[in-house]
Amino acid sequence: MAAQTLAQKLIARACHRDAVAVGEIVTCDVDLAMFHDSSGPRRLKPMLDKLGARIWNKSKVVLVMDHYVPEEDDDSRRILKIARDWAREQQLPHVYDSIGICHVVLPQKGHLRPGMFCVGGDSHSPTGGAFGAYMFGIGSTEMLGVVVTGKIWIKTPQTIAMHWSGRLAEGVTAKDMMLHMTGLYGSNGANYSAIEYTGTAVAALSMQERMTLSNMSAELGAQAGLIAPDETTREYLHSMGVEVDTDMDYWRTDDDADCEIRRFDASALSPMVAAPHSPANVHPVEDLRGTPVQIAYIGACTGAKLDDLRAAAEVLKGRRIDPGVRLMVAPATLRDQQDAQQEGIMDTLVNAGAQVFATSCGACSGYGNALAGASNVISSTARNFKGRMGSADTNVYLASPYTVAASAVLGHIADPRDILAEAR
Amino acid sequence: MAIHRVWRVGENVDTDALAPGAYMKLSIADMAQHCLEARYPALAASLRPGDVIVAGPGFGIGSSREQAVGVLVQLGVKAVIAPSFSGLYFRNAFNLGLLAIVCPDAEKIPEDGFVEIDTERAVVRVYAAQADAPAHPMQELDCEKLPSFLVQMAAEGGLLAQLQRKYAAP
Repeated sequence: MAAQTLAQKLIARACHRDAVAVGEIVTCDVDLAMFHDSSGPRRLKPMLDKLGARIWNKSKVVLVMDHYVPEEDDDSRRILKIARDWAREQQLPHVYDSIGICHVVLPQKGHLRPGMFCVGGDSHSPTGGAFGAYMFGIGSTEMLGVVVTGKIWIKTPQTIAMHWSGRLAEGVTAKDMMLHMTGLYGSNGANYSAIEYTGTAVAALSMQERMTLSNMSAELGAQAGLIAPDETTREYLHSMGVEVDTDMDYWRTDDDADCEIRRFDASALSPMVAAPHSPANVHPVEDLRGTPVQIAYIGACTGAKLDDLRAAAEVLKGRRIDPGVRLMVAPATLRDQQDAQQEGIMDTLVNAGAQVFATSCGACSGYGNALAGASNVISSTARNFKGRMGSADTNVYLASPYTVAASAVLGHIADPRDILAEAR
Repeated sequence: MAIHRVWRVGENVDTDALAPGAYMKLSIADMAQHCLEARYPALAASLRPGDVIVAGPGFGIGSSREQAVGVLVQLGVKAVIAPSFSGLYFRNAFNLGLLAIVCPDAEKIPEDGFVEIDTERAVVRVYAAQADAPAHPMQELDCEKLPSFLVQMAAEGGLLAQLQRKYAAP
């Protein structure tokens, strides 16, 4: 049989074939369909009613309320009521209400395993690729199609291997790797290919850091952001109560598979910052040092997981933020927040002057806690499009939680390596 | 074949500009009034049914929110022609009945021009004025050939309309 990439193997399994060729359009069986309060019930219910159709397999559906919670106004309350009423009426077995952001909740609740083929009603759904699952984002009407048929078409993508050798320096993270790549290739640079992250620097990353890579594959315009499963994957899943029963060695790209390889040296990477108004407008932190900031935001699926909170706390331990800065922290999930609490991290953040917000998408998407008025914001989130976080007058800089925390301390964009070195 | 008036926009037009998060709670009709207001404040009010948007590369980057397609459909836009699209936006477009035409030379189409879209032959014919159509195209630009199932989906008004027919059938 012809050598296959990980992406090809995952798609072939889902369409019950031994192999699929790049460019081939096939119809796949969906193992898991995830959607949230914004993309899900409020859009799906009226369409399902119109069709008079039923959910193909409720055990394969996961609903997460994370976008409009906590409800700030009557519109949000109405949207959440639709979601909760529908979940009850349909007797959905997997509903997670106000406990965190869908992409992080999904693996924490044990829904992802290597080899799966999944769709999500959210553009950051490639996050699931960190577990060796093929997962991609779709719109609500296409989700309706999945929900009634259990199937979806896919054009088998080309694979681009982003090969990171070496090892990240202290204070440099998966977020910096991603910003470096979006800066190099542009916002749609991957042109809907499947990215696979490989190399020693990727192998050394924790599961949550890997999720940051896969998550922001969306910012490169990739359909999926895959990482071949390994012992780190197995251990993480085990800690979430999932025993991997699949052949882990099968879920990797064959040596001779057709795939474009782009090489990077992780050891040489600096903390990176994306300046307004594009995740591709990226510069090393040195070039933007000194830019004043009024808001520092640590939040989102890509920037407020336990490992992200740990990074911020490393910088903020024993320090106070600049009085001209408002530091907002919205942990990605309740579980991550509780774990951070136990480790003393939440206290470190609060003692440094952080305000803690609910574990939801919040200001990242401009849905809740929207940032108003003119200001410079440094944020650990994924997107800084003009107006995204609530105001067209806001200038959003994207950076790692280390860099966001360091900038909060100094009141301007700062290199976290300086503060970390001082601490030693 | 229909002739469409052209409106030009730049590169990397994102979903949050097409359907801003702050208006995502509104109905699609109300949301449409705010379409692209952060980048092209006058555009939503100028668009007329049958018009076409011609964009730079990377049209529709960002969110999965299909309202970013829905607002254009609501405003009567028939197609978006661009050198490249976000793959997610491309799928959403056909699912909602909007043609997404990948045309490497899209940016050669002038702002006040007119176009005719021939999905069968995978070309866009460009006219300087409406009266020139169909005999005197300025130029004919090659596009990527669309799979026939997508052309059909758009022609039938999108995936929901197709599913409705399927589920209504005895």
